[in-house]
Amino acid sequence: MMDSLVILWTDALVFLLLLFVGTFGVYAAGKEHLRGPWRLVVRSRVGVSTLVILSFYVAVGLLDSVHFEPSYLADPQAQDRAQSTEVVSLFDRLVLPLRERQEKTYSAPLATHLYAKENIEQSDGTMIRDYPRLQYGGAHLADPARDWAGDVLRLSLIGLVKGLLVTLVLANILFALLASRRAGGFAGVAREVLTGKGEIPWRSALITLGLLLMVLLWAVELSGRYHLLGTDKVGEDVFYQALKSIRTGLLIGTLTTLVMLPAAILLGIMAGYFRGWVDDLIQYTYTTLNSIPGVLLIAAAILMLQIYMSNHADEFNSLVERADLRLLFLCIILGVTSWTGLCRLLRGESMKLREVDYVQAAVAFGVGHFQIIVRHILPNVLHIVLITVVLDFSGLVLAEAVLSYVNIGVDPTMNSWGNMINSARLEMAREPVVWWSLLAAMIFMFTLVLSANLFSDVVRDAFDPRLRSSR
Amino acid sequence: MIAYIIRRVLYAIPILIGINILTFVLFFVVNSPDDMARMNLGMKRVTPEAIENWKAERGYDRPLLYNAARQGTEQLTNTIFFQKSLKLFQFEFGVSDSDRDIGYDISQRMWPSLAIAVPVLLVGLLVNITYALLIAFFRATYIDIWSVVLCVVMMSISGLFYIIGGQYLVSKLLHLVPISGYDTGLAAIKFLILPVLIGVVGGIGAGTRWYRTLFLEEINRDYVRTARAKGLSEGLVLFRHVLKNAMIPILTGVVVVLPLLFMGSLITESFFGIPGLGSYTIDAINRQDFAIVRAMVFLGSVLYIIGLLLTDISYTLVDPRVRLS
Amino acid sequence: MSDTLLKVENLQTWLGSGERPVRAVDGIDLEIRRGETFALLGESGCGKSMTALSLMRLLPPAGRIVAGDVYLGKTALLELPEYAMRAERGGRMAMIFQEPMTSLNPVLTIGQQIGEAVKIRDGGDRRAVAQRVVELLHSVGIPDPVRRVGEYPHQLSGGMKQRVMIAMALAGRPELLIADEPTTALDVTIQAQVLALLKELQRQTGMAILLITHDLGVVAEVADRVAVMYAGQIIEQASRDRFFDNPQHPYSRKLFQSLPDAGKRSRRLAVISGNVPPLNQVFTACRFIDRCDRAFEDCEMAPGWTELAPGQGVRCHLAGFHDAVSIVELPEAEHTPVAAASGPGSSQGPLLQVEQLKVHFPIHKGVFKRTVGHVRAVDGISLSIDPGKTLALVGESGCGKTTVGKGILQLVRPTAGSVRFAGDELTRLKGGALRSRRSELQIIFQDPVASMNPRMLVGDIIEEGMKAQRIGRTAEQRRARVTELLGQVGLPDDSASRYPHEFSGGQRQRICIARALAVDPKLIICDEPTSALDVSVQAQILNLLKLLQNSRGLAFLFITHNISVVAYLADEVAVMYLGRIVERGEVGQLLAAPRHPYTQALLSAVPVADPRSRREVIRLEGDMPSPANPPAGCHFHPRCPFAMPRCRERYPDLNRLADGRQVSCYKVEHEES
Ligand SMILES: Nc1ncnc2c1ncn2[C@@H]1O[C@H](COP(=O)(O)OP(=O)(O)OP(=O)(O)O)[C@@H](O)[C@H]1O
Ligand code: SF4
Ligand code: SF4
Ligand SMILES: [Mg+2]
Repeated sequence: MMDSLVILWTDALVFLLLLFVGTFGVYAAGKEHLRGPWRLVVRSRVGVSTLVILSFYVAVGLLDSVHFEPSYLADPQAQDRAQSTEVVSLFDRLVLPLRERQEKTYSAPLATHLYAKENIEQSDGTMIRDYPRLQYGGAHLADPARDWAGDVLRLSLIGLVKGLLVTLVLANILFALLASRRAGGFAGVAREVLTGKGEIPWRSALITLGLLLMVLLWAVELSGRYHLLGTDKVGEDVFYQALKSIRTGLLIGTLTTLVMLPAAILLGIMAGYFRGWVDDLIQYTYTTLNSIPGVLLIAAAILMLQIYMSNHADEFNSLVERADLRLLFLCIILGVTSWTGLCRLLRGESMKLREVDYVQAAVAFGVGHFQIIVRHILPNVLHIVLITVVLDFSGLVLAEAVLSYVNIGVDPTMNSWGNMINSARLEMAREPVVWWSLLAAMIFMFTLVLSANLFSDVVRDAFDPRLRSSR
Repeated sequence: MIAYIIRRVLYAIPILIGINILTFVLFFVVNSPDDMARMNLGMKRVTPEAIENWKAERGYDRPLLYNAARQGTEQLTNTIFFQKSLKLFQFEFGVSDSDRDIGYDISQRMWPSLAIAVPVLLVGLLVNITYALLIAFFRATYIDIWSVVLCVVMMSISGLFYIIGGQYLVSKLLHLVPISGYDTGLAAIKFLILPVLIGVVGGIGAGTRWYRTLFLEEINRDYVRTARAKGLSEGLVLFRHVLKNAMIPILTGVVVVLPLLFMGSLITESFFGIPGLGSYTIDAINRQDFAIVRAMVFLGSVLYIIGLLLTDISYTLVDPRVRLS
Repeated sequence: MSDTLLKVENLQTWLGSGERPVRAVDGIDLEIRRGETFALLGESGCGKSMTALSLMRLLPPAGRIVAGDVYLGKTALLELPEYAMRAERGGRMAMIFQEPMTSLNPVLTIGQQIGEAVKIRDGGDRRAVAQRVVELLHSVGIPDPVRRVGEYPHQLSGGMKQRVMIAMALAGRPELLIADEPTTALDVTIQAQVLALLKELQRQTGMAILLITHDLGVVAEVADRVAVMYAGQIIEQASRDRFFDNPQHPYSRKLFQSLPDAGKRSRRLAVISGNVPPLNQVFTACRFIDRCDRAFEDCEMAPGWTELAPGQGVRCHLAGFHDAVSIVELPEAEHTPVAAASGPGSSQGPLLQVEQLKVHFPIHKGVFKRTVGHVRAVDGISLSIDPGKTLALVGESGCGKTTVGKGILQLVRPTAGSVRFAGDELTRLKGGALRSRRSELQIIFQDPVASMNPRMLVGDIIEEGMKAQRIGRTAEQRRARVTELLGQVGLPDDSASRYPHEFSGGQRQRICIARALAVDPKLIICDEPTSALDVSVQAQILNLLKLLQNSRGLAFLFITHNISVVAYLADEVAVMYLGRIVERGEVGQLLAAPRHPYTQALLSAVPVADPRSRREVIRLEGDMPSPANPPAGCHFHPRCPFAMPRCRERYPDLNRLADGRQVSCYKVEHEES
């Protein structure tokens, strides 16, 4: 039986976004003023390093955005398959073991025993209260107390070495590719890259990639036998949850901007270019929207959505679909609260541009308004749009966590760092503390946000000529 | 200048009306009061009578905009729009869905909110400006570079982590101050130290970086060169010339949030169990108490608009270019 | 020599790090004596400002001094620790800058800013400081100094701000004042005031002035000795009179020849081809070699400094040869005086006729932004231009010149008046009808950087107008025309596929001209097309414009404040003051014998690049009033040396005199009758 593809709303938008970015890339490749700054970005060491990390996140996010209804789940008993509304993604397939090996409840990272004592029936029939062995984590060890440390060490080493090997292979492929494109031969190119000369800092990229691969394969190796980051209350693997949350974080960061961009660009430019009553109206609109504190507007909107959803529960086929719609709605409402900043920037810039000589010259040639906007205004504000989009991203990822904490973020059933933190927080009072969910979420989020922040700094410096000239 | 301020005040009126209409649409048109009632009473086994009862108790049984059943002005006033939305203009917030007087609650709860928000703002401002000035003084040295890196790292950490980490470290491990809670009077101080500290630390990254940009922007101006050409020392240049100019954007940025301090901080207050307006709002959201959320939306908007007004005024006061033209 | 105040030896300043730093100052030697004015002359980007900033040790963060010595008196400035250097800065040496608008702190009063400088030097209590501030303001000729002390920079005019800057510099009683283009941002009448002030202060205090400028006229006016800078080096140094009598370096001589003036009207101006070489390289040949028409084999080796006489020297291989000076210059080709009448637009009567044009901008105030008044930027001017002729519109900044141009083009809609162009009333045309007439009237802007969209290819920029006016049916036809136009303005064919930023200022201005020509206009409004350019490049553009006028029968409305350009190019001149034309006439007649008191003052204030032209500068007091509330009666009366009671009552009519020119002045009226 075939798996049938399921396209969720956000999936569709993700691929639309991908298409959009692709088209823009092709367009930008032909325009020196857009290509030039990007060249600066890939020539900066911070730029390429963060780019490597961000690509890893994006890859996971994209894999997690191809959804289908698996047929293998349909167990023979269940007659009508339409009932099996489980939707999984390509990524779930890839990490199937992580997903399926569920324990009973909490267990610490790399643990072999549960975190809570239970009554265990001994072989002699007596009951004692002790920490039971995990069903999967470290199940292959005969005597955990003796073998555990050695095993973990062995697996770690294997993982690290594998990572190193893969890096070496990749590095050699890179050298070969570079060597085929320019003179200097393989050895020459390799020397150039490894000494850090040459225009593009390949060395930094390779180092970052190497570290990333080593950590990744180390994690793969260990999580084959253990729960790398422990399990949560219902025994689900925390590492899996953290990985699944990547998609949510990325979506919030990107879809929100995608949703708000058309309005912000159109209205901003119109207000600045036409002035008069158009300007008044647009300014009024965004001042009004902006006056409502963002969190409260989101809270109100999400509350209303909840009512709507609970009153129209039958309209949703599956939990996943419902959570997905809520995510989309969250993006939209976040977009509504965040477009005003960009709109105001664009208004100011367009206002300046319409007085600039080349626009005046175009008017003197009898060029129409639409043409002037498309040909003269839009291309000259594009860098502002780009900078804003990149700068906003990390803020939105952080906002998701806070909103989910307040219960006005993504659906509680959805994997997200905010939800992980939220559920972990309830266990902080426990003694001893259950800290790993929290830490996992924090590490994943921190890496993404830090990379994004550093990357956006590089992008801003490259695109903002004012900053460039001041150095 | 007076005329300018009056004009800004007048301009605020249509905005307030817009907000009022927006909240009305959001709370009563998108979902009808019936939906709210059903939600509140639990989905199962709700009888139409129960819904009517619930609505009548809270005054949601009126028509939305026009009451054909009444006479005269009552046709307009005895409606949800008039009673629930327009009354907000008089700061009559009515009763919450759980029958409490919202206005009273707000007046009680805004003080704890202020007790946290004001120190966070002031101490934060002081710390960030000092640090940013220091970086500006050592610009283009390793101190500058590493400080910026530190700032980026600090602003990449979620605020939640500062709170949880701080609580764990200071209260749970070191037992320096209680984890959460509140008290009246001076006794509150021991409960306030940690949230204020965390608020300040959490804001250092973004704040310092922003102020640094402002300072560096001013440092590249021509008049700074003039000041140096006079033979002023670098410290004097920074304090008398750069700081004074950079204070204009800093100050106006601060003034706009001043009124919003009353609203408190959602996250901090709920983590530390402070009975302020922030935790009030969160509780309302979690209990799905629409009356409170509606009141807070309106209150927040009004405060923001006041903030904008104050910004305009402070701008005309601090910048001689605006004041004297 | 005991009277040497400043001695600079082999000063080298680099900007930026990395592989190719910009060697902005590349081995400069100079000496300045006590009490003299030493002019450092050079084109933009040649390193003048960097030299000055190096002396003060005020370089931007990217800059560093890599070699050399600077002695002020006996003090080696470059060896001083920073705190000791601070005492010299603003003490024995002070500096004023080019942009008085941005060089003062906007949030401190001028009293505070000057007081600060006074306090560092004199210490003393508040009262003493305040008194000295007033004294200083008084000494730089600021009226009512006691009141001005409490004012902020934005309340002062440009000239006033520069005076405040000077007062600040004087606070430390400097022995050396470095003035970096102190008058470039100011109008000629104000420039005359400031230069006179500097001279006067020098006489009183005996300080030396290092005057940095690009204006040969200013040098002729105030300098004692001159050094010419080119691409980071000094290439010629001499006393003023020797320099102007007999410039030695090929570059200096070309500079003189490229100055436009009335005497060269029928000729092409000499041009220095090409551009200043980029400074981020190590030169092995002479830096001028690519542009020098005397270059010979030896020039592949960088020439050393040749001392011709004490205090006079040249950096050129030809320097030793005395006959070098007398090499006969080929006279520049004559302009072929194509009869304009044979041009396409030779219908009888004027091409453009403007009657009583008014452009008023409303001032909004109060609670409801009611209109409380108007800025009368253009207040009823009339002019006409015949086909193939050039009318120059002259005036100081802010008098409304640019607005006239925009009003004629309908880029701003006039408040009143009529603009008839080739028989059509432009003010009444709207939408499509107006758009279709736009091909006949074009404009060239002042700032070559801002006048082209940096995101478009040069080819697309030139084509834009053609597309809008439907000229050239197919893409190929348009492409062909672009290539042709580029050729006409003297740019290589491949320019079309490059971006504007790849071109220098002069080249960009050519592209703008090509763009305007693309739609075959009959009249081009040139809004200060050369004032952002260096003299040598200006000559290229002027030659091109004149050539185009002759070959195509173009008419120009030439808006400028540069009188020598007017003398070279214009047929007719109109002088504007505060939104109105005060005098209008044929160019030779008007420039030779101006009648209106303002025109007289304006022309006398223009510095002439000839130290022997001892003309009497009529110094105007005060600044041009605001066009928001012009003075009653004759707008010029508060500054006019001949003002009569009558002048305060009614604005004088523009009357035609016997010699054909038009003047609006009661004094002239009186003299005529
Ligand atoms: N901050 C900077 N960074 C890099 N290069 C610079 C900087 N400032 C100036 N330059 C370069 O140094 C050279 C000399 O500049 P400088 O300002 O001294 O010229 P100038 O003769 O004063 O020109 P102008 O007449 O335009 O004032 C130029 O090539 C210029 O582009
Ligand atoms: S050295 Fe040669 S190239 Fe240089 S200026 Fe003299 S003649 Fe010209
Ligand atoms: S009218 Fe009077 S004030 Fe005006 S220019 Fe003539 S003499 Fe001077
Ligand atoms: Mg300069």
